[in-house]
Amino acid sequence: MLAQGFAVLLSHWWRHKLQFAMLLSGLALATALWSAVQAINEEARASYARAAAVVGQDRLEQLVRADGARFPQSGYIALRKAGWLVSPVIEGEKRFGAERLRILGVDPVTLPSEAAQVNVGAAGIGLQRFITPPGVFIVSPETAKRLEGMDTPPLRISDALPPGTALTDIGIAQTLLDAPGQVSRLLIVPRQPPHARPLAAVAPDLVRRAPAVESDLSRLTGSFHLNLTAFGFLAFAVGLFIVHSAIGLAFEQRLPAIRTLRAVGLPLNALIALMVAELLVLSTAAGLAGVALGYGVASLLLPDVAASLRGLYGAEVPGALSIRPSVWGLGLAIAVAGTLASAASRLWRIASMPLLAPARPRAWSLASESALRLQAVGGLLLLVVAWLAAQLGTGLVAGFAALGAMLLGAALILPLTLSLLLDLGGRLSRGVVAQWFWADTRQQLPGLSLALMALLLALSANAGVGTMVQSFRETFVGWLDQRLAPELYVTTRSLEESQKVRDWLSRRSDAVLPIWNAELRTSGQPVQVYGVADHATYRDHWPMLESVPDAWNRVAKGEGVLANEQLMRRQKLKLGDVIPLEGSASLPLVGVFSDYGNPKGQVILGVDALVKLFPDASRLRYAVRIAPDRAPQLAGDLRAAFGLAPENVVNQAAVKAFSLKVFERTFAVTAALNVLTLGVAGLAIFASLLTLSGMRLAQLAPVWATGLTLRKLALLEILRSAALASFTMLAAVPVGLGLAWMLLAVINVEAFGWLLPMHLFPLDWLRLFILAVASAVLAALLPALWLTHRSPADLVKVFANER
Amino acid sequence: MLLALQEVSKSYPTGEGVLQVLRGVSMALDAGESLALTGESGSGKSTLLHLAGGLDRPDSGAIRFEEKDIARLGDKELAAFRRVSVGLVFQQFNLIPSLDVRANLAFQARLGDRYDAAWTGRLTERLGLASLLDRYPEQLSGGQQQRVAIGRALAGRPRLILADEPTGNLDEATGDAVLDLMLALMRETGAALLMVTHSTRLASRLGRRLHLAAGKLS
Repeated sequence: MLAQGFAVLLSHWWRHKLQFAMLLSGLALATALWSAVQAINEEARASYARAAAVVGQDRLEQLVRADGARFPQSGYIALRKAGWLVSPVIEGEKRFGAERLRILGVDPVTLPSEAAQVNVGAAGIGLQRFITPPGVFIVSPETAKRLEGMDTPPLRISDALPPGTALTDIGIAQTLLDAPGQVSRLLIVPRQPPHARPLAAVAPDLVRRAPAVESDLSRLTGSFHLNLTAFGFLAFAVGLFIVHSAIGLAFEQRLPAIRTLRAVGLPLNALIALMVAELLVLSTAAGLAGVALGYGVASLLLPDVAASLRGLYGAEVPGALSIRPSVWGLGLAIAVAGTLASAASRLWRIASMPLLAPARPRAWSLASESALRLQAVGGLLLLVVAWLAAQLGTGLVAGFAALGAMLLGAALILPLTLSLLLDLGGRLSRGVVAQWFWADTRQQLPGLSLALMALLLALSANAGVGTMVQSFRETFVGWLDQRLAPELYVTTRSLEESQKVRDWLSRRSDAVLPIWNAELRTSGQPVQVYGVADHATYRDHWPMLESVPDAWNRVAKGEGVLANEQLMRRQKLKLGDVIPLEGSASLPLVGVFSDYGNPKGQVILGVDALVKLFPDASRLRYAVRIAPDRAPQLAGDLRAAFGLAPENVVNQAAVKAFSLKVFERTFAVTAALNVLTLGVAGLAIFASLLTLSGMRLAQLAPVWATGLTLRKLALLEILRSAALASFTMLAAVPVGLGLAWMLLAVINVEAFGWLLPMHLFPLDWLRLFILAVASAVLAALLPALWLTHRSPADLVKVFANER
Repeated sequence: MLLALQEVSKSYPTGEGVLQVLRGVSMALDAGESLALTGESGSGKSTLLHLAGGLDRPDSGAIRFEEKDIARLGDKELAAFRRVSVGLVFQQFNLIPSLDVRANLAFQARLGDRYDAAWTGRLTERLGLASLLDRYPEQLSGGQQQRVAIGRALAGRPRLILADEPTGNLDEATGDAVLDLMLALMRETGAALLMVTHSTRLASRLGRRLHLAAGKLS
């Protein structure tokens, strides 16, 4: 009995192959976009975890200075003498050409086994070779490729290291990092001898730090991944509209068969169980295909994501994907859950339907105005929730909740809005065909509303994210112009060379401005500290958001500091607040500047104050002011005089171009997901039009019989689709602007710590409008073509009782 | 002669091969005349009606409407012929569900540019539809829907009315009332009527009767 019942249910799909294909492809696509984002995020997280696990940071307790700064090696020696089993590590960044490398120096003799990623002896390197100059760099395969031909110690490859990191002997690292006798932290061997003297007595300035549960990288990049996840979920939601539409239609078309099955004795429970089983089979198959497809999409997107993460956060993510069971599991789970959620209302209806309920295959499409109004009221309530979440909520999750509520609310209001617009169109039109066109379009709304809601989501996301990205771009370009005023940027290779280059340049340029920097930790987070010279370049060009009147004078005199916007927001600073610096020193905040693209907090103080407070500050970089037409010649002469590589002397245009490239790549993924979401929405319309086209014949045949040609009817069908897409686009613009505002004023501030002004780009909307109409026309084209190729025999069947 | 079919044949492809529905049928209908077409199920009555109304084309033979062979017309001309010259009434009513009664009544007449508000108003009164003008087809009973279908067919004052089992979905009393009304209006407008029916009782009320069996007239 069950087998026969199942066969009856499945026979529907055999007779409606296209509907079947749409259901599967909708679900597979939705799952694919979601899984692609998950695969990318998982890959990145695994990479961060590897980075965090390097030299056992995630497993071993460590001794560090409270402010995170380096400390003299003598502290280490004192602890060893006092009986402590500790191992020194130095960590820092160094540029090799254009590559910025994280260097980890370890002592291979004392390194605890829990921290040894690479067994130096077993790796065939040999202790002697590892610890004596030039030493060895142990790097990942990707990093080795990038460092090819660079002036580094000999490279050895190990898969255990994350990209962008080089493991080397501590002595070699101290030399490379220009930090002789300095260590960053001490790893504590788990089992300490009982007689060791108390830490406070031996090294009072060091504190114990628990193993890092969450790395700096995963904390920094969290908002980026949340952003991607939100987009993946949006794409999934858009895809679910196709699934909901296809399932709803199939259930309605099968009502007569279901009624008959019950009438001939199949119990209701068994029937529902069969339908659930059918959904499970379909969703599992589509889910598997979706995850596989997702991996394909992810492998296409990953290079851009990796470039974004490197450019924005200095986070290294490998360019290849691994197959992860968690991605497959989650992908399948969301496909099955999404399908069951889409079908829940239909299953409930069947469960509560009387046995003798009349079969009304089109009843679902004749949803009353009151139902639309009810839906719109729900939408309005969601908009209120969105507003409240945006106003009262804090944190990124509240921001995304506000976004989600706004988008869903707008989607729910759309059908009623369109219905009113179409009604108005009918009232304003005079011709009989036009009046029928508007009335008929309005009648199609319930059948198309889900697809149109999906289109609204996709268009709003496109308009909103596009506005955000373009606003960001415009602000960013203006900001770059301000911030990158100097004509040349020079990076020297050593302190000695730095001094010589400075002297050389000061005789040949208008000004040599040190870009010296150090790092400090406040509230457990790294903060960059820069020292700047007292010069008009900063006074005239620096992109200040707010400042006290004599800010630059106070900075020059060492009486105040400037902070970037993200630090100001993160630590809720106001002008006049005191910023703690190295040791017990602190200075008042006299100005806040915009610093887009920088995930870290930044403080600027006078260069003299920097040197005084941070004697170990890196003093290798300079900005050079010179007449722009003389800059290329000076750059060439400088390279020749000191044998500097081209990447050590870069001009302003190159830095701007690089920054813009990083910017563009950062949003390349967003743009790709945007286009894919729009594609899924286009498919949703196509699926709906295709499934409705079979039912349309009965509605179109009387109009054809009374004197319209099939060609004209087909044209009107295309026009109908274009009109609905146009109206949806009109509705999407305000929703998109709301979305852009939320992204700029809520999400960006929460995620990155900067507030951006919103600009409007009507030409982009026009382009999107054309794209939306074009996709709607394309979606309607096939059903319309089929209509023109219908034979009169097909059409008269609508009227005929017999032949 | 308003309508003349000469040696008209029509077949349809089916799963089991070609089904020959009409085999060389010839018949004629004068202006103002009413003709009942009877026959068993599958005898080809509806097919003949559809061919006469320009909804389909014959495989062979000629269908002359006022001496013009409509079987040779292109899609556009055929559509114009349906707009202006024919009124169609079907058993399933086939009203346009998205339009209210008022718009349904006027639809074909306006499409053929033959709308006459005064005549449509009178027609509405005669059909007893004046109180239903703002309703939609789904809100009407079967008898009411068929009266709207008749009104739509007559609103443009076509020369030929083609009706396929117009009372087949109605109970006997309602069916009789609908037919009385249709015949009265036919006389009023001078249109000819070709009506397909199973019922010999209804057929006897029309001016002439033809019987179709296995695709041939007898």
